[in-house]
Amino acid sequence: MATPAVAVTHEPLDLDALAALVGAQGDGAVVTFAGLVRDHNQGRRVQFLEYEAYEPLAVRALQLIVDEAKERWPSARVAAHHRIGRLEIGEASIVIAAVSAHRGDAFAACRYTIERVKQIVPIWKREHFDGGDVWLEGATADPEDAAAREKAYRIACA
Amino acid sequence: MRVTVRLFARLRDLAGSGEVIREVPPGATAREVWNDLVLEWPGLREYEKTMSVAVNTEYARMTAEVHEGDEIAFMPPVSGG
Repeated sequence: MATPAVAVTHEPLDLDALAALVGAQGDGAVVTFAGLVRDHNQGRRVQFLEYEAYEPLAVRALQLIVDEAKERWPSARVAAHHRIGRLEIGEASIVIAAVSAHRGDAFAACRYTIERVKQIVPIWKREHFDGGDVWLEGATADPEDAAAREKAYRIACA
Repeated sequence: MRVTVRLFARLRDLAGSGEVIREVPPGATAREVWNDLVLEWPGLREYEKTMSVAVNTEYARMTAEVHEGDEIAFMPPVSGG
């Protein structure tokens, strides 16, 4: 079965496979990003993370982001897979691959994608640390918030 | 009419369940569904200004009208990545 450009999965992520998926068409640049489970957060020693998603909407939101990137950087193609379930320290929770004719657009499209994931994809992590656990909460998800989208764009092009 | 309510992350913890069936009057909006939930689980109220809502797996507004059999999801601020 062909690997989809966007996915939410319980399985370990494969950055090389994702890069191969987007990067096989004679372009000049591929930029990849892997987000890993960090062993510390806000002064706490993290034991592991537990990710939960509203899966059908998370897949739609990822697709929306990939489409937005395509609109901003027409020469770029982006793929993004997010993992859910229990993840240990050092494991990848998200992998992104962006390919383009030139490096500038590939870097920007990749950065834009991770910034937007943190804004609008309905996925949550519960941090289990020494002494307890807590749900982490970031942005209020609103795909129509133009200011948030512009912020992601500015970061991507900084 | 009946709708299915989905709750995620801390909202799920506060309600003690990730999926509940609620009876709501015809013409009800997502806001009315939410208000009904808050009556039963007052702890949800702290998310009044920060949550997102989806109807049938599409982001929606609290003013969206809901219909028999719809799936209404309420979501706290996201923390993926």
